[in-house]
Amino acid sequence: MAVLDKKSKLALTDPLMANNPITLQVLGICSALAVTVKMDTAVVMTLAVIVVLSISNTVISLIRNFIPGKVRIIVQLAVIASLVILTDQVLKAYMYDISKQLSVFVGLIITNCIVMGRAEAFAMQNSPGKSFLDGLGNALGYGGILIAVSFFRELFGSGTLYGLQIIPQSFYDAGYENMGLMVLSPGAFIILGLIVWVQRIAADIDEEA
Amino acid sequence: MRSNTYTLVFTSIVTVVLGFFLALAADALKEQQELNIENDIKKNILLSLGFKPDEDVIWTASDIQNLFQKNVEGMVIDAQGQKTDLDPKSIDTEKNINHLPIYVKKTGNDVGGYAIPIAGKGLWSTLYGYFAIEPDGKTVKGITFYKHGETPGLGGEIDKEWFQQNFVGKTFVDQQDNLVGIKVLRGKVDMGNPNAVHQVDGISGATITGKGLEKFLLDDLAKYEPFFKQIRNG
Repeated sequence: MAVLDKKSKLALTDPLMANNPITLQVLGICSALAVTVKMDTAVVMTLAVIVVLSISNTVISLIRNFIPGKVRIIVQLAVIASLVILTDQVLKAYMYDISKQLSVFVGLIITNCIVMGRAEAFAMQNSPGKSFLDGLGNALGYGGILIAVSFFRELFGSGTLYGLQIIPQSFYDAGYENMGLMVLSPGAFIILGLIVWVQRIAADIDEEA
Repeated sequence: MRSNTYTLVFTSIVTVVLGFFLALAADALKEQQELNIENDIKKNILLSLGFKPDEDVIWTASDIQNLFQKNVEGMVIDAQGQKTDLDPKSIDTEKNINHLPIYVKKTGNDVGGYAIPIAGKGLWSTLYGYFAIEPDGKTVKGITFYKHGETPGLGGEIDKEWFQQNFVGKTFVDQQDNLVGIKVLRGKVDMGNPNAVHQVDGISGATITGKGLEKFLLDDLAKYEPFFKQIRNG
């Protein structure tokens, strides 16, 4: 017997590849540009989004039958904003150094379209269990792209990975230079565009169909 | 469609419940957060004064407390450079411009350096840090930043060791004993230039952060100049 039934499994795995929030739905682009200069910030951002998105989906799904239709967006936002502030406070208390690097970005999770998009599109119609998996899946799909983009940006932009020097000094002595473009936001656009392209070829997705 | 009364009651309950959790968390975590901030400041004073954790060692909170207590002595000077009896913790450096805190590295009675708080605008944010000076009163011992909101990878590089090491050994007064500060260049310092001793390498893509740092460093040093002049003149 499978641990998860088919629909739950789909809720978890679909956003990883076939329906990835960044590359297919093109949501959460702004934060994907902002936090991907270095890998360490991208990883912590991924963890924070996993926490916020899976809990917010679960909570909203639990109260979905009580939320009045006309104020549902405000209620969703209140839940999400509270979770983001909570995450930020916990980071400040127990992971102070990392929270210092991320300060602005953690707060920006509130404005990440993926979080509210999943609350509105999935958690309002589905059970808490499925909503949790959907939140987790979307956060992982988002984080996967974030980490992939930051991998290329840090490697080519700074010559390091996770803060460790990868490009040897001898390359620099021989005239190699870090690519300044990768450190700036347009670099993320280019990498993201390439990832979208490769993924669509690999998954054989046809826009016209 | 639900009634307006239901909507009002529901939103009130949601607000109260969420507010309760946030207040609870903020209150429960406050002590730990304040301790983190205090320790982070102490850590930066220690780092600027040349203390460094051994390779692969990360200072714990109590390591920092111990080192600080053993080696660093805080004091407050007034605008004329005279020592006062005030406690440096009680000085709000942003509001109180007539009293200036100094952290002195001391081993017994030997002074090993002075650390002063520095703060000012970069590109996006206010930068906060410490600037340490050798006992001669004119040579840079170290510089650190503990709070800023500059772009990671660009202005955020001020956090990095290569940039901070840049400052060590430079002097901020010229031959005639005039305060000149430290210039943050665009690109690398030309070592052949007679002014190279007052210049450091800039960060590419972060000219404005560098210029901001250059300016507020000079302003802050000017405030402490009466004190360091006395030191230089013995």
